Amino acid sequence: MSGVRVLVGTRKGAFVLSADGKRESWDVAGPYFAGWEIYHLKASPAEPNRIYASQTSGWFGQVVQRSDDGGLSWQPVGNQFQYEGVPGTHQWYDGTPHPWEFARVWHLEPSVTDPDTVYAGVEDAALFRSQDGGESWQELAGLRGHGSGSSWQPGAGGMCLHTIILDPIDAARITIAISAAGVFRSDDAGETWRPANKGLRSGAIPDDDAEVGHCVHHIAMHRSRPGVLYMQKHWDVMRSDDGAESWTEVSGNLPTDFGFAIDVHAHEPETVYVVPITSDSEHFPPEGKLRVYRSRSGGNEWEPLTKGLPQANCYVNVYRDAMAVDSLESCGVYFGTTGGQVYASSDAGDNWAPIVRDLPSVLSVEVQTLP
Amino acid sequence: MIRVVLPAHLRDLANVGREVTLETAGPATQRSVIDALEATYPMLKGTIRDPLTQKRRAFVRFFACEEDLSHESPDVPLPEEVSTGKEPFFVVGAMAGG
Repeated sequence: MSGVRVLVGTRKGAFVLSADGKRESWDVAGPYFAGWEIYHLKASPAEPNRIYASQTSGWFGQVVQRSDDGGLSWQPVGNQFQYEGVPGTHQWYDGTPHPWEFARVWHLEPSVTDPDTVYAGVEDAALFRSQDGGESWQELAGLRGHGSGSSWQPGAGGMCLHTIILDPIDAARITIAISAAGVFRSDDAGETWRPANKGLRSGAIPDDDAEVGHCVHHIAMHRSRPGVLYMQKHWDVMRSDDGAESWTEVSGNLPTDFGFAIDVHAHEPETVYVVPITSDSEHFPPEGKLRVYRSRSGGNEWEPLTKGLPQANCYVNVYRDAMAVDSLESCGVYFGTTGGQVYASSDAGDNWAPIVRDLPSVLSVEVQTLP
Repeated sequence: MIRVVLPAHLRDLANVGREVTLETAGPATQRSVIDALEATYPMLKGTIRDPLTQKRRAFVRFFACEEDLSHESPDVPLPEEVSTGKEPFFVVGAMAGG
């Protein structure tokens, strides 16, 4: 019988949650790397037992771990992330130049076809690639060097490259997002880049439709239709139908269009999920009610999904990488909270139940659908 | 023989106990001890010193003989008690937070 493996990164370690295709009974393994911040874990689509994990610590720096047996055992691989050439400066919070300094890996994106190729989005914002299973890393320096890098400024969480979209049809196309610089696209496998923020409007920057400077929180894509992208921005839920060439707002009737997480149904490219958060200063759900909102029309018209989710006194947040879907026949949707709950729905969001309630604060959730 | 006591996070990473023993190439200094530690346990590269600058990480401290040696030059010889193995060299995650 098919099954799912949910890879959970938390402030104090990693957890692997497993279930068969019914998704009723769960096995919880972990914590792996106890005491370390696990920003992200993700498995290779080409080799499901190959999993990469970003393990970090304010004391001891960055470690990258790799598993070749589905998370049962791990080995540290390369942790040298050296910016290409003279790193230069970006803007600091106060507008002064600040040297580029590596802090941590926020996101790991394994290649669609090659288990040994994996991309890392890091803070301070840059994109690295390994082609030897994580042993060594090389910066794709055309991103920082395309011209606007010196004007990038960190968001509140740091200047992180947090989203990496690999086009499953056009292998040369990579789309990434940085807080708070915005979206950038490459059509030559990461050699050259250009901003892709047309249509975004951000009230918190002097020129609200500037070419760069937007605080994009996350982007989601449906594999069957890579030209269509959905974005949760600092404020606003956006949609692109031309591979990020332009964006239009689809916030519609959401109670608030602030949030972090966004994802797309595995089989319905027009079905989108977000978790509205009250505001940039109130990082919790409106009215203390934890509600996932689903649009079946690609945005604009949204319905609250509440069955099984706390509808009173809930003041958790859901981070940008903490929502994922499985690809079983009845699409499963999963998200983790800063309160340590991981919620699952095995019916596309109609009903929810916690898999676990008391993990450390959840930083990321990824799901593998296993044969 | 140099005795090195590691913090819990690094013991787990290197899959070792509280204390490891090492031989240094040449006189025992902070640099030669960490060089030997990283050579024996490559997974610790970059966790105590920045892998590029080789500077001690800001929240890592080096203690020995009830002294904080963190701000000493990395090439200053360590106390004789450390170089003879009588006293351990402590790698410590600095206290931070409330």
